[in-house]
Amino acid sequence: MSTTSGVATGEFAQGTPPLDPGGRRKSLHDGSGRRATLLIAPTIVLLAIVILYPVISAVTQSFTKDAGLDPATGLFVEGGFAGLSNYKLWLLQDCGSGAFSCPPGTLGSQFWTATGVTFFFTVVAVSLETLLGFVFALVMHRDFKGRGILRASVLVPWAIPTAVTAKLWYFIFAYDGIANKVLGTNILWTGDGFAPKAAIIIADTWKTAPFMALLILAGLQVIDGSVYEAAKMDGATAWQRFRFITLPLVRPALMVAVLFRTLDTLRMYDLPKILTGGAGNTSTLSMLVVDQVRSGFNAASALSTLTFLIVFAVAFIFIKFLGANVTEQRAPKTTKAA
Amino acid sequence: MATTTSTRNRTVTSSGVEVVQRRNVPAAVLTYAGVVLICLWGLLPFYWMIVTSFRDVGYTFDTTPWPTHTTLENYATAFSTARGNHFGAALLHSLVIGAVTTVVGLVVGVFTAYALARLEFRGKFYVLGVILGASMFPGVALVTPLFQLFTNLGWLNTYQALIIPNISFVLPLTVYTLTAFFTEMPWELEESARMDGCTPGQAFVKVILPLAAPGIFTTAILAFTAAWNEFLLASQLGGDKVQPVTVAIATFAGAQPHQEPYTAVMAAGTIVTVPLIIMVLVFQRRIVSGLTAGGVKS
Repeated sequence: MSTTSGVATGEFAQGTPPLDPGGRRKSLHDGSGRRATLLIAPTIVLLAIVILYPVISAVTQSFTKDAGLDPATGLFVEGGFAGLSNYKLWLLQDCGSGAFSCPPGTLGSQFWTATGVTFFFTVVAVSLETLLGFVFALVMHRDFKGRGILRASVLVPWAIPTAVTAKLWYFIFAYDGIANKVLGTNILWTGDGFAPKAAIIIADTWKTAPFMALLILAGLQVIDGSVYEAAKMDGATAWQRFRFITLPLVRPALMVAVLFRTLDTLRMYDLPKILTGGAGNTSTLSMLVVDQVRSGFNAASALSTLTFLIVFAVAFIFIKFLGANVTEQRAPKTTKAA
Repeated sequence: MATTTSTRNRTVTSSGVEVVQRRNVPAAVLTYAGVVLICLWGLLPFYWMIVTSFRDVGYTFDTTPWPTHTTLENYATAFSTARGNHFGAALLHSLVIGAVTTVVGLVVGVFTAYALARLEFRGKFYVLGVILGASMFPGVALVTPLFQLFTNLGWLNTYQALIIPNISFVLPLTVYTLTAFFTEMPWELEESARMDGCTPGQAFVKVILPLAAPGIFTTAILAFTAAWNEFLLASQLGGDKVQPVTVAIATFAGAQPHQEPYTAVMAAGTIVTVPLIIMVLVFQRRIVSGLTAGGVKS
């Protein structure tokens, strides 16, 4: 938690100037700092209890040995310092007797497979969603009658709970289901091989491409139409207008949308859990953590921490190197009293 | 890009420029083809769920595209407790969890959003950073420590074990969405209320809150949807006493252990989804503005 905010604030420090350019201008309210503290405190306290405390306790536990764990109270200590052994279990698949000593089938042997498939889902699904979302947004941005119907149908996949989405696609991808009938195939969509991966990606893309489209559409709508008119006067082709006006101007909104979808896909749990149950190596990192929780808190804590670090690293790369300026997009401007 | 794409261009049109005449027919046809495809994308799988939910269980895999062998039996099966499913109770649990999460998330969020949108204070960016960081946080990293903490407290399978983490998940969403709405408010009215002798608190409650009602309502829909859809923590920290609908549907048992009761599950899925779909139909414009203003989680 603290690390996350560290990155974000680092970005604030070097990116946009402090939120309020009117710092010179005295606030109308005296003592607004104290009032702000009071108003903000409940949020921060709640987040600290539910996020900061668990993270600290998970990190502490990840360096604790299993031995002294009292199953009755679940309290730690006694076990003593474990060094990196809980991390070695996952990173080196070291179940106690050197690297790669975890027998196949144990959770310890699955870390890299799970990481790989999680990133595979993220890269493929987010790419597809961005591409489709962009096409959808370009269509929705055009002038036509019946916007309401389109907007409502785009919101339907968003409104269906992921658990229901998973069951719905489980039915569509059933052996006797409509997918095989329409395609004229006999694929075991929730069995082995590539099919279960495709099933998860299709279901995820179906659910979130429309959401992506809405975010990109919002970015398209703030582009001043006169820019296009001017480019047209100067003889720019449709492609040139897209390439040199639409793309650069929609990029900030697009990057933020991609960042949030990426982080969402990295922590994907409901969909693969219910749709394939991990069949055909579709167990994501989140599923691995949940599987481990009941077989040892300390190893699970190390795995939680690793998952957190992976997500954090990806967010960091996005914000630092790919120019996802989250703060500029999201930070509100202080309304000035007239 | 056609000429008539944005609102701006339409204004130009109405003011008499020749844009309308230049709109060519093939482009319009292409647009409508795209619109139809997008509608089908969103609606077809949902339509299939509804059709199946009304289809006799013996015809589960019938591929007739319109309703055939219609029956309400699947809905009865969905609510039946004969096979150990407690879908009705789960609906109630989800309503309680969703309602409490939404109310607390909104009350706490409104104050923070007001401070962020309206007050000038040091460290505002740090607060924003913390809230943003929380919204990016992987929920699964909380499963292990919270499972342990709630085991110690004896909280597993209680409402608070599901509601408290849910509040922290929806808080970043409510704070961001509300801040976006608050930023656009006509704050001059608050100033004049202050001039007329209102305290800051009175001005907020009497002037700002009523004006902000639409934004708060939109945020409530988003928060409730998020809480209603939560699955991961509910499946780990919950139990039979507080099992929400998402978990109930995921673990829905059929007549035989390995026989998936597809039609009943589709009926249960329809029941869970229809209230949300109605909200979407009624409040679509607001939901879209809320999602794009500060919606961070899908």
